[in-house]
Amino acid sequence: MQRREFLKISSLGIGGLALSGTLLYEFFNSANEDSDGELKRFPTYCEICFWQCAGWTHLDKDKKIWKIIGNDDDPHSNGRLCPRGTGGIGSYYDKDRLKKPLIRINDRGKQSFREASWEEAFDLIAKKMKEISAKYGPESMALFHHGSGGKYFTNLLKAFGSDNIAKPSFAQCMGPREVAYAATFGTGLSSPEPLDIRDTKCLVLIGSHLGENMHNAQVQEMSDAIDKGASIITVDPRFSTAASKSKFWLPIKPATDIALLLSWINVIIANEWYDKEFVELNCEGFDQLKQHVESFTPEWAFGITTIEPDVIVKTAKAMHDASPAVIIHPGRHTTWYGDDTQRLRAVAILNALLGSWGKRGGFFIPDKASIPHHHLPAYPKPAWTWKDTVDGKYNLVDLGLANVLVDTSIPKKTGDNSKVIKGWFVVGTNLINTLPNTTHTLKAIQNLDLIVAVDTMPMEITGWADVILPECTYLERYDSIRVSQNREGNIALRMPATKPLYDTKPAWWMARELGIRLGLKEYFPFKTQEEELDWELTQIGSSLKEMKQLGVKKIPTPDHNLYIPKGETIEFNTNSGKIELYSSAIDEEGFPAMPVYTKHPEPEDGFYRLIYGRAPMHTFSRTANNPNLTDLMDENTVWINPKIANLWDLKENQYIKLKNQDGIISTFSIKVRVTERIRIDSVYMVHGFGHADKKLTQAYGRGASDTEMITNVLIDPIMGGTGMRGNFVTFITETV
Amino acid sequence: MAIDTLKCVGCSDCVVACQTENNVPIGYCRDWIVEVTDGTYPNLTLENRSERCCHCSNAPCVRCCPTGASHKTEEGVVLVTHSDCIGCAACITSCPYDARYTHPEGYVDKCTFCYHRLADGLLPACVSVCPTKCMYFGDIDNPESTISEVLKNRKWKLLIPEAGTDPKLYFLI
Repeated sequence: MQRREFLKISSLGIGGLALSGTLLYEFFNSANEDSDGELKRFPTYCEICFWQCAGWTHLDKDKKIWKIIGNDDDPHSNGRLCPRGTGGIGSYYDKDRLKKPLIRINDRGKQSFREASWEEAFDLIAKKMKEISAKYGPESMALFHHGSGGKYFTNLLKAFGSDNIAKPSFAQCMGPREVAYAATFGTGLSSPEPLDIRDTKCLVLIGSHLGENMHNAQVQEMSDAIDKGASIITVDPRFSTAASKSKFWLPIKPATDIALLLSWINVIIANEWYDKEFVELNCEGFDQLKQHVESFTPEWAFGITTIEPDVIVKTAKAMHDASPAVIIHPGRHTTWYGDDTQRLRAVAILNALLGSWGKRGGFFIPDKASIPHHHLPAYPKPAWTWKDTVDGKYNLVDLGLANVLVDTSIPKKTGDNSKVIKGWFVVGTNLINTLPNTTHTLKAIQNLDLIVAVDTMPMEITGWADVILPECTYLERYDSIRVSQNREGNIALRMPATKPLYDTKPAWWMARELGIRLGLKEYFPFKTQEEELDWELTQIGSSLKEMKQLGVKKIPTPDHNLYIPKGETIEFNTNSGKIELYSSAIDEEGFPAMPVYTKHPEPEDGFYRLIYGRAPMHTFSRTANNPNLTDLMDENTVWINPKIANLWDLKENQYIKLKNQDGIISTFSIKVRVTERIRIDSVYMVHGFGHADKKLTQAYGRGASDTEMITNVLIDPIMGGTGMRGNFVTFITETV
Repeated sequence: MAIDTLKCVGCSDCVVACQTENNVPIGYCRDWIVEVTDGTYPNLTLENRSERCCHCSNAPCVRCCPTGASHKTEEGVVLVTHSDCIGCAACITSCPYDARYTHPEGYVDKCTFCYHRLADGLLPACVSVCPTKCMYFGDIDNPESTISEVLKNRKWKLLIPEAGTDPKLYFLI
């Protein structure tokens, strides 16, 4: 019985008696225990994607992992996991998992390894790290990470003396958005984004394909918004699932979004459709903006975007009518054309003009719980970081750029080579498929003295590692408490539902063991993660015992205001303390203070712009071998418009290879999907397929890799992100 | 059961939730997603449907079953008693919706509306997991039920009504 129903029934049974605090605690305490005091189900939060939905792992009668069900109290999932979360059991049962520590015995990339004990693996890594530190300095060790394990290795690297740490989720994904929102509103949006979609009256999606990307609570709230009759406006060259749910679909010519955004701003200002009171109270630079967009009329934008002027006006009016309950969705994967910070600035400006910041149905002001960490000694100050290698660029960025760490790993032919990276930790991210321009990544790898991969699965990157440390899956381990922003502060626990399969270990333990070998034990004060979690939870009046019962605990900040009361203002963390329509920070960096449209190259004859995206049942390249999820989708297809298919005499389900503008041919063939849902100047494929690691028996050779086709990388001059949509492909149809 | 095609995003969560809840072997399924695109660029429509056994009132699979393994419960749920099934597949042939498959262990298997969960007051796994809450499940004979309310207020369609099986899976359009 679900707890909610049980609650309903039990409160009826009590016959209107109020549940006292103690009674309530006892009720919760007993809710998740059987008569033997054993847990009935095991709290977790999902690791299959970054949304980290909380749920319960259930075992069957043989005590084997059976299913994972969402936690009703969790604002990330509201008790409903997405297909990947539901299929998360496949990550545990995957027979191709890494099973033992491995040490390379041949050249990098040849995939020849021997099994090793944990002691031997750690000793080897520690020895190599000390050698690198002695020869080049501790800064020459770098860390790339994604997911829960990253925190522990971040602690290790910082204690070791390096701050060359990066998550590809920044410079390859949401970085431009974070920098643009910080420049405009004084804060990035973080995750989950504080979007009040459930109460919005108008949701504008620009290339964001909610429903195909299963950002769980957002997909749920979009559905609520549909129920309530919200207008959805989707801008996408592809007829996405979201487009099919929309009142307006704007089938824009790719790479022209900024023109559309500028013209929307033009229409909204020209017609006085902006929120005058809000702008006057909160915004800086309105007059400059007004002048800046004067010439960006819908007629001007039509010539660029192929969107009819009256549609531009109508959609701007729909936003105005809904204002302030309107959201121009900031997106998440925003590294497209290299002018991405400026595009996201235009999105942020539109939201500001419509007064949706801090408004019901717009952006809410998130609440977040805070958990103290045990005191650690101060980290040594590194002599240099990646920031000292970029000639004074990217000053608006405070997170590491993965692509810059790669660049810093390739010694320069001439000049100063004192700042060079010689060792990598790669934790939970398959860099080969995550970073564009695989050849460049491999060149960096060849220059390293040490590469350590921590993962649950053999991935392309583990094939290049010197030492592979096999991590147990999230269903078999504790991890840090999930502390995330939302409408109410909340925390979630992940605990093992079963002992780890094979000789696999949690990343927490690995980082500590390495720390001990490197003489850094004082940075790892707890012997077990359970002790650490219990210590942290006790500081906030909870405990590990309580969290095992609850899974998720709401810890709302008293008197937190989700919305800015009408007519009131708040201090924004920008140079001026206001929302900056004219960005002084970007201006100071020497870039246009207001977004401008730049024309991007178009495909040559016979080439088509490569657009990539997500499928609801997969996360990047991580899930391509998950038996439950590959059962739903086991390869990607290339979407081609029927007119183009006709021209090339391509048939549905035919396998072809792709060749890009630089002559790179896809390693594997990809199935043709002939569909009206894509423009004639573009093709589309789902990211994450075309795995070349034979150890992935389900995923090997299934579909093609979009990453392989992305060799033209458009660097965002403001924040260093890697724009990946400036690549064009043609078809190789002969049997290959 | 009713499925709101205006909200369904075709994510297949219902499929994998059913597979895990009911231990359906990988490679088989009791429910599935159908995606129908119509029109030419840029005048297009797309319909996503989560499909499964329609638990027909006039169920050919029940009529043609030689052993009585295929049967209908008093609530109207069509079930297969695995131990009585000889795997002759007559029901598979007779089903206009292709809703049944032969389990590797030899018997025919299909959607049960998670009959084992209903007894505990739980919704079918697919309904309770759906991120878009696009599925409604309940007693259509009770005019007070949510599903009766939804069917009264929304436009809906049936699949292959001409087969005359009186299906009980409604698609809101």
